[in-house]
Amino acid sequence: MRVRLAVIVGTAVSLLLRAAGRAGTTLPGRVVLLLAPKAIATLGAKLGAGTAVVSATNGKTTTSALVEGALSRSGMDVVHNSAGANMSGGIVSALIGGSSGERTIGLFEIDEFWVPEIASQLRPKAVLLGNLFRDQLDRYGELDTILDRWVHCARELTSQGTIVLLCADDPGMAWVGHDLPKELVIWFGLEDTSVALEELPASADAGACRSCGSPLNYSAVLLGHLGHWSCPGCGLSRPTPTYQCTKVDLKGARAIELEIVGPDGQHSASVGLPGVYNAYNALGAWALSSTLGVSPEVITASFNESGPSFGRAERLSYNGRSTSIMLVKNPTGANEVFRTLTAEPSGLNLLFVLNDRIADGRDVSWIWDADLEVLAPSIGHVVCSGTRAEEAALRFLYAGVGRDRITTVNEPIAGLDQLAKDSEGDLWVLPTYTAMLELRGKLADLGTVERVV
Amino acid sequence: MPVDPAAHLTVSVLYPTLLNIYADRGNLIFLQRRCEWRNIGFSINSVGIGDPIDADGTNLIYVGGGQDRDQALCASDLAGAKAELLRDWVASGSPMLAVCGGYQMLGHGYSSPSVSIDGVGAFDAETVAGPDRLIGAIEIKTDLPGPTGGVLVGFENHSGRTTLGPGATALGRVVHGHGNDGVSGMEGVRQNASIGTYLHGPLLPKNWWLADWLIASALGISVDHLPSLPNEAEAAAHRSARKAAGS
Repeated sequence: MRVRLAVIVGTAVSLLLRAAGRAGTTLPGRVVLLLAPKAIATLGAKLGAGTAVVSATNGKTTTSALVEGALSRSGMDVVHNSAGANMSGGIVSALIGGSSGERTIGLFEIDEFWVPEIASQLRPKAVLLGNLFRDQLDRYGELDTILDRWVHCARELTSQGTIVLLCADDPGMAWVGHDLPKELVIWFGLEDTSVALEELPASADAGACRSCGSPLNYSAVLLGHLGHWSCPGCGLSRPTPTYQCTKVDLKGARAIELEIVGPDGQHSASVGLPGVYNAYNALGAWALSSTLGVSPEVITASFNESGPSFGRAERLSYNGRSTSIMLVKNPTGANEVFRTLTAEPSGLNLLFVLNDRIADGRDVSWIWDADLEVLAPSIGHVVCSGTRAEEAALRFLYAGVGRDRITTVNEPIAGLDQLAKDSEGDLWVLPTYTAMLELRGKLADLGTVERVV
Repeated sequence: MPVDPAAHLTVSVLYPTLLNIYADRGNLIFLQRRCEWRNIGFSINSVGIGDPIDADGTNLIYVGGGQDRDQALCASDLAGAKAELLRDWVASGSPMLAVCGGYQMLGHGYSSPSVSIDGVGAFDAETVAGPDRLIGAIEIKTDLPGPTGGVLVGFENHSGRTTLGPGATALGRVVHGHGNDGVSGMEGVRQNASIGTYLHGPLLPKNWWLADWLIASALGISVDHLPSLPNEAEAAAHRSARKAAGS
């Protein structure tokens, strides 16, 4: 009763926000939770086909968007927090905005820190935990804190029969799964070592074995600290994945082609998203969709039609110039964007927008952890914008970009105009999270990008 | 005395794969570039678990911060010969920068309800875990000579509360932020050119003149004798960080 009343109020808030031209991805849910603190459990239980949860430092939004595509194509109604509002308020906002029939499934990406609280209320059929990288340490303190929370959460969920999907290439995820009931754990991992890096990057977070403290050995480093690893001390090693990506074919900064081997055979799919990081996202999405009962044919067809989600390699036209937006928010994610961009012809025109709002992380240290040195030789001209533009400009200078090729313009649209004026050809925009929201909002007002509702 | 054409700066970096959590390598990139731009040779000596520190071949020692688990691994490796070397190094005020976890480990030790880690005892400082983390942009005022009037800016993120003993002098006074313990108004520790501090961000890119001061100290020359560099971008970054700290 209490929840029903709260939902009516929340829905009214949502309608008012939309009438005012706002998206309302979080506030209506917050209002509902204020009136009915247990709304997640109550509303989640009404979904006839259950729920599934996705979390990771990097790849939550893209992975869940791919799963959403596959589920929808299979004929399911999907309730999904597609705009990346991934704490309690965002989950409830999605729940009150969706249907609740027999064929309705809830698919939620959840902020890393809030996984235990939200998942224990949803009691999902399946949970996918993709990776943990250093990110926003000023918000949550140590990375180990989150990993410990996941270990306990996975134990609790599997005791209730939830299936846990884990990336075998992340030693931290292997630690989450190492003592769970085997029949409830599904591993996924990248087998194609042709895309391997030469060495662990500076920002790698898995120097020592979780179990015995020995330094880990890698026969292949694939992304950050993800790779083919083993511990020489205690013998803990990368679990053999049930879902394997056996081939990654990178198509520049636009797409990838994959071969995926699962329990039901080998499949090929092309995905309209670039980079090794999206190979991981697609593989995880494949494993979760398949676990939720979607056939390989439907997943393939859905992947083939996929495109970028919400600021992740989105491409639009700005004053007639092809403009791509690629979110950067932490060293590992940024490194993958840089690696992807180096596949494009050099002389890139870049707008780098560094904000330090709470959702970005107030601490901008991470730009020194990111391997800008990799990107520097590909840069033609870079304009730095955002609340901490000057510090981004300094980072580019010390990465080897000449002083005459770096401009600082704090306001991002003015920065984009400056970049367009000073250059020819495609424009590449690399914003932090709030900068991405701000830019998309302003570009929507200018009519160049569709507003998310 | 001008810079010797054969001048070379060798930085010994302790446990770079374990103590690097707050982009510590930014401090090293910054030192490297500023040496290269001045034609000063630069090299890094990585000191891992089980490796000795070559004191004679070192001009500057750098120790970064790590997660509690990683710091515990380093602490047991430091005990013994390395600890003795580091105590002598700091006692003579030789150039060192120890940031966050590194700062804590160079003191007498770190304790929390769950762990107790022995430190090197190079600084007269003791760290005890507090009930919460002290997080945010920070500005301090030091008495070091520099174009910002001795002001340093950075970002702090630590649960440890560090108390200085009678044998230690703070690096500076807190203008904005928490500092050593959130109550004393003191930040860091300094013994001549040996510095321990909670300021990351990383520290040197936000405070270019401190990097030069360390380079000069490590080479045994006056900072006025370093070839000058255009510092507009560096000063703008310092101002940006200072604004974030509340100034």
